[in-house]
Amino acid sequence: MGLGSDMYRQQILDHYKNPRNYGELEDPDFTHVGENPSCGDTIQMEVALDDAEETIEAVRFTGDGCAISMASASMLSERLHGMSVDELDALDTDDITEMLGVDISPMRVKCAVLGRQVAQDGAKIHRGELDPDRTRTKTEE
Amino acid sequence: MGVQEQYPFDVEAARADFPILDRKVGGDPETPGEGPGDDTPLVYLDNAATSHTPDPVVDAIADYYRGYNANVHRGIHQLSQEASVAYEEAHDTVADFVGADGREEIIFTKNTTEAMNLVAYAWGLEELGPGDNVVLSEMEHHASLVTWQQIGKRTGADVRFVEVTDEGYLDMNHAAELIDDDTEMVSVVHVSNALGTINPIAELADLAHDHDALIFADAAQSVPNRPVDVKALDVDFLAFSGHKMCGPTGIGALYGRESLLDEMQPYLYGGDMIRRVSFEDSTWEDLPWKFEAGTPSIAQGIGFAAAIEYLEAIGMERIEAHEDLLAAYAYDELAAIDGVEIYGPPGDDRGGLVSFNVDGVHAHDLSSILNDYGIAIRAGDHCTQPLHDELGISASARASFYLYNTVEEIDALVDAVGEARDLFV
Ligand SMILES: Cc1ncc(COP(=O)(O)O)c(C=O)c1O
Repeated sequence: MGLGSDMYRQQILDHYKNPRNYGELEDPDFTHVGENPSCGDTIQMEVALDDAEETIEAVRFTGDGCAISMASASMLSERLHGMSVDELDALDTDDITEMLGVDISPMRVKCAVLGRQVAQDGAKIHRGELDPDRTRTKTEE
Repeated sequence: MGVQEQYPFDVEAARADFPILDRKVGGDPETPGEGPGDDTPLVYLDNAATSHTPDPVVDAIADYYRGYNANVHRGIHQLSQEASVAYEEAHDTVADFVGADGREEIIFTKNTTEAMNLVAYAWGLEELGPGDNVVLSEMEHHASLVTWQQIGKRTGADVRFVEVTDEGYLDMNHAAELIDDDTEMVSVVHVSNALGTINPIAELADLAHDHDALIFADAAQSVPNRPVDVKALDVDFLAFSGHKMCGPTGIGALYGRESLLDEMQPYLYGGDMIRRVSFEDSTWEDLPWKFEAGTPSIAQGIGFAAAIEYLEAIGMERIEAHEDLLAAYAYDELAAIDGVEIYGPPGDDRGGLVSFNVDGVHAHDLSSILNDYGIAIRAGDHCTQPLHDELGISASARASFYLYNTVEEIDALVDAVGEARDLFV
């Protein structure tokens, strides 16, 4: 078998069917939405920071998409708890595939990294580093 | 009796013309042919996106490059003459194929999309204004939907959409309401690339003409697989793409009524489309060259004609019958799987494609899993995003067939869809 079915290990399917931290926060520091224009997957990430705005205290996400993008967002939401904003900025594609624990076929990498991109862009907009009107989070690798 | 015995022509013989159908897929795309999993036979069911190219067409293109490659209409030398004749005659072949009066009515474009834009710019920007309207359907491909939407914004013309019924048909009562004396253009897809619906173009043409409007049929999914005659449909414009009908990419055709094309101003300016140029002004070449500025896609035009000859040798009625048979079979087999929802009309009343979803399995995941079985399908919105919004889904899976597909390939699809569903429940 090729890569396709290997991607759908138990852990991925579990996060897809029972997404963690699914929903919205009462009082997020930032909310950001992104979509994959090529396939229509949409993810919203809401993040609450500590008072120093250095550490992520809570994350919620909602979305509509394939098992890879949804499971990746779900796993990321767990990972982000307690992570520093700098660490979020530094997350790269390899970190995501490592987190997923499966080989992601090249055509599906976009799906896997959508949640990360949304969280990173949201943080940048929050810090004033990105203009929200000119940011349409798209995941292009 | 096996369905295979009802094939209207020798499908195995046709398959032999398409070497790509024998290739194996799977394994690591970075190192094709080297890893485990490279031994899965290809099952290509993405023909509505693009079809494969048979040897005679590849040969016609190679013959041009090897034997008489030259620019057209420019040289007195022999190669240019040969290339010009072949390229011009390709227009005649296309004209005959769709029942046009002659090459004057056939403009070669890059694809259906460019043909649509040609009319939108050359006719739409000139003719449309506030108070006018253009009538489309909710099942338009983005090629026509986005084009007329934007032309509407630029001209102030209203753009209206004929509703699709729950069964996936155009609501003709709604069409009769929308098309009025202010309608200038009715632009409707002939066979829907998302639903498989075969729209009643001739009826819509009557409605349009009753109100002195023009009608444009997007025939990207009909010309490849059924007899299409512009006179029988009574259309003013019709467009299709070579790459969906055994031809190469980079070539398509716009049919236009000669009297209309005569009136229209060029859409692209430059060489090859002019008769006389001075510093002050220019005059235009005869049809169709007035609309083919610059060096055209010569090899592709010649390949396009070769593709049509290939299809005609099999026979368009037979190709249509084969697609009908595959569509009906696939519809019934897929519908029998628990949790499968199919969009569009019943299996015995549609073009050769089936769009569907499996409950709990996203179309992208389905497509990834099918890929492991060597099965190529499309997953997404198939360039019909507003229609998918209407259906309340973000994506669907689509299997689309062509003359070389077999019942066994559909069986493979059905088995793999069942496996994918089992993985997710
Ligand atoms: C119905 C329909 N119209 C238009 C197009 C656009 O064709 P092309 O991309 O060749 O311009 C397609 C195919 O993609 C289609 O299926």
